[in-house]
Amino acid sequence: FSSQTSSHSRLLLCTWEQDFAPEDLSLPNGTPVDTSSPASSSSLLNRLQLDDDLDGETRDLFVTVDDPKKHICTMETYITYRVTTKTTRAEFDLPEYSIRRRYQDFDWLRNKLEESQPTHLIPPLPEKFVMKGVVDRFSEEFVETRRKALDKFLKRIADHPVLSFNEHFNVFLTAKDLNAYKKQGMALLSKMGESVKYVTGSYKLRSRPLEFAAVGDYLDTFVLKLGTIDRIAQRIIKEELEYLVELREYGPVYSTWGGLEVELAEPLEGVSACIGNCCTALEELSDDMTEDFLPVLREYILYSESMKNVLKKRDQVQAEYEAKLEAVALKKEERPKMPADVEKCQDRVECFNADLKADMERWQNNKRQDFRQLLMGMADKNIQYYEKCLTAWESIIPLLQDKPETK
Amino acid sequence: MSACAEGEPSRAPIPMERPEAEPLSASGSCQAGEAEAEAGSGPAAEEPGGRAAGTMMEDCLSKKIEITVSEAEKRTGRNAMNMQEIYTAYLIETRAVESQTEGQCSPPDSLWRRYSEFELLRNYLLVNYPHIVVPPLPEKRAEFVWHKLSADNMDPDFVERRRIGLENFLIRVASHPIICQDKIFYSFLTQEGGWKEMVNETGFQLKAESRLKALNATFRVKNPDKRFTELKHYSDELQSVISHLLRVRARVADRLYGVYKVHGNYGRVFSEWSAIEKEMGDGLQSAGHHMDVYAASIDDILEEEEHYADQLKEYLFYAEALRAVCRKHELIQYDLEMAAQDLASKKQQCEELATGTLRTFSLKGMTSKLFGQESPEQREGKIKVLEEQIHDGEEQLKSKNVEGREFVKSAWADIERFKEQKNHDLKEALINYAVMQISMCKKGIQVWTNAKECFSKM
Repeated sequence: FSSQTSSHSRLLLCTWEQDFAPEDLSLPNGTPVDTSSPASSSSLLNRLQLDDDLDGETRDLFVTVDDPKKHICTMETYITYRVTTKTTRAEFDLPEYSIRRRYQDFDWLRNKLEESQPTHLIPPLPEKFVMKGVVDRFSEEFVETRRKALDKFLKRIADHPVLSFNEHFNVFLTAKDLNAYKKQGMALLSKMGESVKYVTGSYKLRSRPLEFAAVGDYLDTFVLKLGTIDRIAQRIIKEELEYLVELREYGPVYSTWGGLEVELAEPLEGVSACIGNCCTALEELSDDMTEDFLPVLREYILYSESMKNVLKKRDQVQAEYEAKLEAVALKKEERPKMPADVEKCQDRVECFNADLKADMERWQNNKRQDFRQLLMGMADKNIQYYEKCLTAWESIIPLLQDKPETK
Repeated sequence: MSACAEGEPSRAPIPMERPEAEPLSASGSCQAGEAEAEAGSGPAAEEPGGRAAGTMMEDCLSKKIEITVSEAEKRTGRNAMNMQEIYTAYLIETRAVESQTEGQCSPPDSLWRRYSEFELLRNYLLVNYPHIVVPPLPEKRAEFVWHKLSADNMDPDFVERRRIGLENFLIRVASHPIICQDKIFYSFLTQEGGWKEMVNETGFQLKAESRLKALNATFRVKNPDKRFTELKHYSDELQSVISHLLRVRARVADRLYGVYKVHGNYGRVFSEWSAIEKEMGDGLQSAGHHMDVYAASIDDILEEEEHYADQLKEYLFYAEALRAVCRKHELIQYDLEMAAQDLASKKQQCEELATGTLRTFSLKGMTSKLFGQESPEQREGKIKVLEEQIHDGEEQLKSKNVEGREFVKSAWADIERFKEQKNHDLKEALINYAVMQISMCKKGIQVWTNAKECFSKM
């Protein structure tokens, strides 16, 4: 589709897209796009799909990552995750799939997506390398945190109107033997259709269009703020754990004291137990923050860095176009005929811009929802912590006020 | 408590009654006031005088006058070495209770005292009422401080807490049925000038037992009342456990302070972040404000907790007062044992001289053997002297006996009173502590609920 459509109709479609204010996506549901061929990123109908994807009812592709399992082999030990797919899409032979994948498969997928969909923002993966000795790669918490991030990763792709139709994604979700496909893919690298290198040398962009410049500036500040929040959250966890250490010594002293006393024994023991309960609650709070809050924050930092890279790629494409345009203008021309490759560059710029704008829009919306959920979750966890402590202290008031029977 | 004379198993020990040993845990039956009249079972009947039937609580000074330490003021003066010093003076106000109930608002009598005068008063009470568990003063130097607290005696928070502690001390003394009647104490409250001289004139410093003597008695006493031995162990352990508790509590406070304050950083970053957001901006900004509130709330919370720490400290110092009473008992008992031992040895000497037998080794005996016996006249003379000494000794022993028994009785009565007070006060303190924790939890829930609402509007 993308390579066959005439440039004229391509321009028409892009104009239509550009006429829409990004907020004004109130379009009637269009008919499903024919996705038998690699999806055209500038397909108008895909634009219509954009709105549909936010509406869960019309979603037709559901992906879940769960059930981590450890595999111990002679050469290595690693974890696989079950990836379950439910779909009504025609691109999938079966309505349901369940296969197992390991982290390097996800990494492979991401690289493939970046290669094949260079004008789109690919969601981030959780960090690849973990310092051995510092983090236990096989601990329950680590695996669970990773699982959640991988689940999010696939869900974001599944929700994307263009990426979800990507062939590599399809194979990832369905193939029994992914490694065979991977090897095959390496051989095809040389084929033109596959790896369209958009970054064609280093061209210098004179100025970024305002809207992209604004996003770039936004992202720079955003990443900084997220980094600050990450550091604050880490610091809070650290302080909480140090507080916990002291509390763990504090509670038992009341118990020791109770051992010396008679009438005060029960009250003191009660206070000791109460503090113990608060310790448990605090431990749960800091574990939750470590496992749920920090990873999402870091993910968004990676996401933002991805976005910045895509912006840079876009700049490259535009720079190339402008350079070529200039080169043409310098030549003495009888008739202002646009050479084919310059036209192609222009197409590329416009499509990239369109894709990127769409992706930026989704990203902003998702970001808002994600952070709303994340921060509300953080508030919730703290409320739960205080409620647990409150219950503990309220329950010993009657014990403390109790008058012992006269012996 | 029988002081057995050494080497005289056949001689019946001088009877000294020991009241039925009661475990430390016995529910101190009576109110402080009645303790005097009821204390001790058997021995009381034997004693001729015993202590006068005690004053009832109603007669305590605290019922008649209201005492407050209302102000603290920095003063400059000259110390003992004529160097300029800065110290804090505290205003003691006293007001007759009746004048208030009648609706009259008569101005209180007041005078200024500094900490060292309080110390003087307390030392006086310690010496003159060794059988009483004398209320302690607030700490001389700030201890168990965590980083935000100052260890400086001039720090206003420290001065304020000391003011409260001094008031508490005066009220405790005034509420004690025995020591509230002391004249020196009354003068302390009412007589501004010349009080120090008055106290020193009582010569109480001379009565004070030397530390060395007390230590010696502690190690060498053979038959102290078991209850006092137990009490001593208890007060040692109490001191140890409360110290530990206060130390850890200070560290806990320090850490909690850190947790709360770091949250304040959220306030700033949310504010900065909201500046680059459109729809999310308002929610973030207002949530940030709540984070600031949260961070600021810890200051009041921890200040309140300091009062709890002060309540614990009072009983930490009370443990020392308990020990002082035990020490006094050991001293008296040791004194008694020494006197009995001395008497027994004199009797033995007498007997030996009379019968001419030499049962125990003595240098005199050896020398007389070597260098010739004494003449019968000399021997008679010695016997007479010894008999006189024995007579005196027996009289002394009797009175020491009485003194010892009286001390045990009255001390134990006050200890029972103290136990009741301690159990009551510490329970109150624990309840207050729990209430503080509850309040802190509720505040926490409130703030995070507010923040959550702001986030939901993002």
